[in-house]
Amino acid sequence: MSDNNKQIAIRLSGVKKMYKLGQIGGGTLQNDLQSWWARIRGKEDPNTKIGQSQRLVGQTLMALNDIDLTVYHGEALGVIGANGAGKSTLLKLLSRVTAPSDGEIDIYGRVTSMLEVGTGFNGEMTGRENIYMNGAILGMSKAEIDAKMEDIIDFSEVREFIDTPVKRYSSGMYVKLAFSVAAHLDSEIMIMDEVLAVGDMAFQKKCLAKMDDVSSRQGKTILYVSHNMSTIRQFCTRVIVLKEGRIIFDGDVNEGIGVYMTQSIDTSQVEFDLSNKYQKYLSPYPKAKMMKARFINKEYAVFDYQEQINFELQIRARMPANWLSLRFEIRAADGSSVGTSFAFDRFSIEEGELKSFIVSFNSKGLIAGKYSVVLGLFEKNEFGSYTDIDVIERALSFEIKDDDGQIGIQWSKQYWGFVKFDDLHVESSRN
Amino acid sequence: MSEISGRHYHTHITSQKKWFELNLKEVWQYRDLIVLFTKRTFALRYKQTILGPVWIFLNPFLTSVMYTLVFGNIAKIGTHGVPHILFYLSSSAIWTFFSDSVIRNAQTFTSNANVFGKVYFPRLTVPISNVLSAAIQFGIQMIMVGMFLVYYVIQGTVSPNWMCFLLIPLILIQIGIMGMGFGIIVSSLTTKYRDLGILVSFGVQLWMYGTPIVYPLSEISEGLLKTIITINPMTMPVELFRYAVLGHGTILPQYLVLSWIVTIVVALFGIMIFNRVEKTFMDTI
Repeated sequence: MSDNNKQIAIRLSGVKKMYKLGQIGGGTLQNDLQSWWARIRGKEDPNTKIGQSQRLVGQTLMALNDIDLTVYHGEALGVIGANGAGKSTLLKLLSRVTAPSDGEIDIYGRVTSMLEVGTGFNGEMTGRENIYMNGAILGMSKAEIDAKMEDIIDFSEVREFIDTPVKRYSSGMYVKLAFSVAAHLDSEIMIMDEVLAVGDMAFQKKCLAKMDDVSSRQGKTILYVSHNMSTIRQFCTRVIVLKEGRIIFDGDVNEGIGVYMTQSIDTSQVEFDLSNKYQKYLSPYPKAKMMKARFINKEYAVFDYQEQINFELQIRARMPANWLSLRFEIRAADGSSVGTSFAFDRFSIEEGELKSFIVSFNSKGLIAGKYSVVLGLFEKNEFGSYTDIDVIERALSFEIKDDDGQIGIQWSKQYWGFVKFDDLHVESSRN
Repeated sequence: MSEISGRHYHTHITSQKKWFELNLKEVWQYRDLIVLFTKRTFALRYKQTILGPVWIFLNPFLTSVMYTLVFGNIAKIGTHGVPHILFYLSSSAIWTFFSDSVIRNAQTFTSNANVFGKVYFPRLTVPISNVLSAAIQFGIQMIMVGMFLVYYVIQGTVSPNWMCFLLIPLILIQIGIMGMGFGIIVSSLTTKYRDLGILVSFGVQLWMYGTPIVYPLSEISEGLLKTIITINPMTMPVELFRYAVLGHGTILPQYLVLSWIVTIVVALFGIMIFNRVEKTFMDTI
């Protein structure tokens, strides 16, 4: 198949999107006037954020920086990249929710964007009314919706409730209905932002099958953004990897996922400042706080296969803490959990004390690759129940080097996972 | 299997912002959406109320009764012998049409931010449907005006200029366009300054007192005040409307022309600023 036979669906040339950082305009006219009045009198700007010497004026962020991309009809393009790499911005530009700061975009065909399922749904209106509303917002005419109404209702599995206001729906029913509307659109290009994570397992399967059908059999073009590598693998025919607003890879799916996984973890760092990292759901003033972690005697956070991982951890206690313990959760580069190690010994820290600990983790069986660590400091009380005190995502990250033939086989992570357990013992039975 | 017909649709997006871009063809393609938005406005407004649609009548009726008491009976403002209740019903019908067009449209961006942020459709569909629902509301109020009108015509107290009824659609178009123009200007500015959204309902109320709604223009004595009121672009349409329906109204052609000029300028400016804002307002809201 030569490129000449393919029809262009989307073409971006030199597309840039710039965002202003900090407060834009101040939000209210009053604030703007206040700032202006303060400046005239040579006083401090009352709208300056505490701890920030100046308001973020003139600072900009290039969410997308010079993107050139051509997508052909019938392709299912996966867009992957770390948070803040510009994936969502790209989709927003293509769905025309916002305009680029520079460059040109050409789109050949009608576009359905599913940046969210159920856009325009109103709780007071019935399922049927919402199908009309949502369909019309997505660009269908009433006649088109009428023609597809039965298919949509069938697919959604909520026929019994179709004339009930959607505010009485369960959240599962709601997203099923919303997805069904979008899945039945007649557009040639579909833009999706992780919307497949809807409903129960069976419905998710159905969604994926529908998407697969849409892209491979009906020849529609799909742009799909996800952090879930397995769905990307499942139905994308090509991926692009974004990093800091640029395309750093464009091509084969598995190769692209590999590129993304490697670039997402930095191994040049051996010391990690944890003092400003907090977990949203925990108190911002924990009883004890992990302050710093540092790999011992390491220049790079790279370890041999089977090597013991030692690091120093500093914890400061605001109150006397006597029943502390630690949890070491390993995450693979794509964010999936690998396994967790617990310290079951308890330790204690005096009030106000900054105490250092040496923590050792036995990486036995962990396959070559890049990993990040979630550190969890928890308290076990006298009744035996556990309470998290301080949990830090990506507290540490490290790489395990290639095993240099120690395993004796080319390990396929894709199927076998991240850990090689102790060898199987096989012997012939005696009877 | 249907042939891919994508080649017929070509969208070109650039960073360049055109100053004036009225994509009426696209708006027309989304006409079903306009209808649905309009329906929804009515369907949702009286949900969870006991009286339901009765409010559509009751609300303006109570307002008119209040005006009759305050301006007619207490302040004793003359209405050229037109029964007070009829005078205030018709005046408030036409004013509500205008104020609804302004106030509803003033919230276009802020109240639809969640939908606008997720999917593209011609944003102009929202203001258009707002004006349409205000027009329907006006039509319903006119039924009530009509009932009183028939009664008083039979009584012989009112003599409308029936021929001028043909002008009413034109008056409505003008007021609708002007209301939408002012509304979308405010809504475009509220994406940056929320203050305007709060000011608008107060401003519209003030505007009402500067327009011959609770009094006829002829009741104002010559002077600066009268000049201001006459220049007000809403004055002539309102007077023309009452001239048709009630048979009394001061019509000054030069000011009617001025009013139309203002309408067109406001509408063009409104669409211009709306076009500029709709492309990137999601980044600032």
